[in-house]
Amino acid sequence: MEMTGTTEAGLIARILAGEKELFHELIRPYERMVYVTLFSIVRNETEAEDGAQEAIISAYRHLASFRGDAKFSTWLTTIAINEGRKRLRRTKGAVEDSIEEKEESHEGDYTPAPLTDWREIPLEALERKELREALRVAVTELPGIYRQVFTLRDLEELNIDETAQALGITTGAVKVRLHRARIMLQKRLVPYLKTTAPARRRFFGRAL
Amino acid sequence: MKLECKHVWEHISEYIDGGVDAKLREDIERHLEHCEICSAILDSTRNILILTADNRTFELPVGYSERLHKRLAKELESSEKDSKKD
Ligand SMILES: [Zn+2]
Repeated sequence: MEMTGTTEAGLIARILAGEKELFHELIRPYERMVYVTLFSIVRNETEAEDGAQEAIISAYRHLASFRGDAKFSTWLTTIAINEGRKRLRRTKGAVEDSIEEKEESHEGDYTPAPLTDWREIPLEALERKELREALRVAVTELPGIYRQVFTLRDLEELNIDETAQALGITTGAVKVRLHRARIMLQKRLVPYLKTTAPARRRFFGRAL
Repeated sequence: MKLECKHVWEHISEYIDGGVDAKLREDIERHLEHCEICSAILDSTRNILILTADNRTFELPVGYSERLHKRLAKELESSEKDSKKD
C-alpha cells in the first residue's frame, strides 16, 4: 500500500511546483485512513465523511508546510485528528468523551477473559454482517482515549512513535492505552466470538 | 524465573508487538508451552486484532471516494484561479 519515500516526495514536489492535479493521486492511498481516523473521534458517518473532506482539503492548502521530517501519513493523520477534535468540541462542547482525559482516571481491572476452548474465527467469517457489527460496536464503544490509540496503531498500523506524535502523547501513554484497549476488546468480544465461531479448522494462529 | 499467568497478561500487548526484551520473551514462551489459558488469551487477542483491522469491519460510506475527489477537483480549480490572479 505504502508508496516509497522518493515517489511520494517526488509527487509532493511536483504538486508544489504547480502540477496540482497530482494531489488526487497523492491522497488516494490515504483516503480510508483519514476517514477511519475521523470516525474514531466523531463516531458518526456523516460527520466523519465531512471531516475527512475538510482534512484533506486542509492538507492540500497547507502542503507547502509539510517538511518531510515526519512521514506524510503521520502529518496527514495529525490534520485529521485536529479536524475531528474541532468537530467534537463543536457538537459536544467536549464534555463527554474528553480528549484531554488521562489514562490514570481509568484505574481498574484490565485482565483478559480467561478461556481454554478457544477456536479462531477465520477471516471469511467477516462476510457475516452480525460479526462485523459486533467488532465495530466494541471498538466504537471504547472510551475515547483508548479508541484513538487503538485506531491509529491497530487499524491504521502506525507504529508506537508515530501514534504518540500524531496524538501528542508520550510513547509510554500509547503503550498503556493500547494494552488496555486490546484487553477491553478481548474481554468484550471473546464471549461473543466463542458462541459464533463456526466449527471449522483454524486458518491462522497457533495450530491445535 | 517462573512466570505467573497474571504476569503474562500484563505484557500481552507488548509481547504481540514484539516489544518485550529477549529474556522476558523467553520466559513468556516457556510459560505458553504449558499454559492453555494464556495461550488461548494470546490467540484470541491476536485474532480479534486481525478481524477488527480487516477493511470489511469498518467500511467506507458508499460513494465516499467519488464525493471526495469531486470536492477536491473543485478546490484545485478555485486555487488555480487564485494563483492566476496573483
Ligand atoms: Zn498462564
